[in-house]
Amino acid sequence: MTDLSSTSVAVSLPSSLHSLIEVENAAVVLGGRTIWQNVQLTVQQGEFLAILGPNGAGKSTLLKALLGLLPLAAGTITVLGHPARRGNAAIGYVPQRRHFEADVHVRGRSIVRLGLDGGQWGFPLPFIQRRQARMAAARVQEAIDLVGATAYADRSIGELSGGEQQRLLIAQALITSPQILVLDEPLDSLDLRNQQGVAGVIRQVSRETGAAVLIVAHDINPLLAAVDRVVYVAHGQVEVGTPQAVITTETLSRLYNTPIEVLRARDGCIVVVGQPEEEISYHAHRAR
Amino acid sequence: MLIVRAEMLPFSWNLIMDIQMLLHYHFMQNAYVAGTLVALMAGMMGYFMVLRGQSFAGHSLANVGFVGATGAVLFGISPIIGLFIAGICAALGIHILNLTTRQSRQSDIASGVILSASLASGFLFIHLATAEYAANILNVLFGNVLGISDIDVSIILWSTLLLISVLAVIARPLFFASLDPAVAAARRVPVRLLSFGYLVLLALEVAVAVQVVGVLLIFALLVTPAAIAQHLTSRPMVALVLAIVLALLFMSLGLTIGYITPYPVGFFITTCAFGTYVCVRVGRFISKRLARTRFTVSTETKIGRIS
Repeated sequence: MTDLSSTSVAVSLPSSLHSLIEVENAAVVLGGRTIWQNVQLTVQQGEFLAILGPNGAGKSTLLKALLGLLPLAAGTITVLGHPARRGNAAIGYVPQRRHFEADVHVRGRSIVRLGLDGGQWGFPLPFIQRRQARMAAARVQEAIDLVGATAYADRSIGELSGGEQQRLLIAQALITSPQILVLDEPLDSLDLRNQQGVAGVIRQVSRETGAAVLIVAHDINPLLAAVDRVVYVAHGQVEVGTPQAVITTETLSRLYNTPIEVLRARDGCIVVVGQPEEEISYHAHRAR
Repeated sequence: MLIVRAEMLPFSWNLIMDIQMLLHYHFMQNAYVAGTLVALMAGMMGYFMVLRGQSFAGHSLANVGFVGATGAVLFGISPIIGLFIAGICAALGIHILNLTTRQSRQSDIASGVILSASLASGFLFIHLATAEYAANILNVLFGNVLGISDIDVSIILWSTLLLISVLAVIARPLFFASLDPAVAAARRVPVRLLSFGYLVLLALEVAVAVQVVGVLLIFALLVTPAAIAQHLTSRPMVALVLAIVLALLFMSLGLTIGYITPYPVGFFITTCAFGTYVCVRVGRFISKRLARTRFTVSTETKIGRIS
């Protein structure tokens, strides 16, 4: 793993001015089991990071630690100069999720609006605070436009397809104009066309807003055009490198502990074949 | 209303005189005031119940009122206090049993366990209480809207004010936590506390509503108006207001028809709600069918034109 570590040092030189996230020697222990430790990671402004790794390796745990939802067993995580804390408006978060059930009769626009003031106590009185209400509605529309969901924003969210729901949830995360956008498997359970579509939306958002994007994914192909660096979570370690350095037959085979072949198509698209069907020992605790 | 007025003798075409006649008796005034307040609360609480997918928890909490009321008689305390204590205990039970499961939709088992346990204790309490109380059981189960005292009315009024003010404060975070607990938690919304707080409010609503509609029929006021409202609109504020309006409508219709006929009020309230719900579902089904036929017809003509 020496080549990976050296790449990570080369790519993530800490420049204190622009680094949004700094993770120093962090470790997380859940239920007596060390998920990962000695994690070093620096995220710069506007960077696009894909977080990859086998199931149960701690990818979501890494996101939750950044969001301040999990306590660290060791080390520190600094987000925008402060320790990671819950409810940081500078981070937009789209958690791993299934669908909204078909019987949820709430329009998409209201779901997006939750991102703006859904956590505030008290009841909004749109008749009294007209100016505020207009401004809020404008921001909601702006976020909906950004993800291209205008056509179905007023339909009930339960009736929408997975891709449409995902776009609206990204709009919800974007509405506070966050500097960091954190997405947990947003392409999961989407068909190919919608994977491409949602990945395109995320790419466009990161370009237009300049937000740093951290995205957990199983398949890097739809994201490849946008990814600056790849964060690999495996074997209780977190490794960072450029896609060219990490997504190779040798590195992946070693990280997944199984033969994996990386093929490069003519258009630069990477095809990863030979992923194991039987998952490997370090997540045997997960009932499958 | 037109049909009622045309067929029923006591009513004239003069609306003001009709209302005067309806409110002539003091017990009827009390019934209207208490019914209105209970329906107001039920509409609001019902909206969140349907949104949270917690209908069965609501049903269980309502039926727990049975043990509250019978226990209150046995221990010689006020029925409302007994109902509220039983409701809070049940809410606490459901909440604690649910702490290990993550989704609100899995609350069915916890609710069912609490429900059967409380019904069993209610049965024991009836057995232990004096035999003449058995006659009052019908009032607990189906309400006694025409026997509401002035003290009851003031208790219901204060409870309504308390419930509305608490709900107004927690409405937005509760809405967020109901729809999307994971994101709400990341945004510092105390999801679990809100979930428990909601059940406590529900226990309060049930405690004061039992006198009006009884433990078995309160569910009609809680769930049906909210379910209808959510079928008609996907705008949260509109749906909330619509649920309240429908609950008030069913209540006043039920009271009015119950007054001029010899049959029980609870039956008419529930039947109005049920009838409207069926109409809305059938209407939605037909309109969707129509939309689909129009779509297929238009695509067929297009295809025909191409070929």
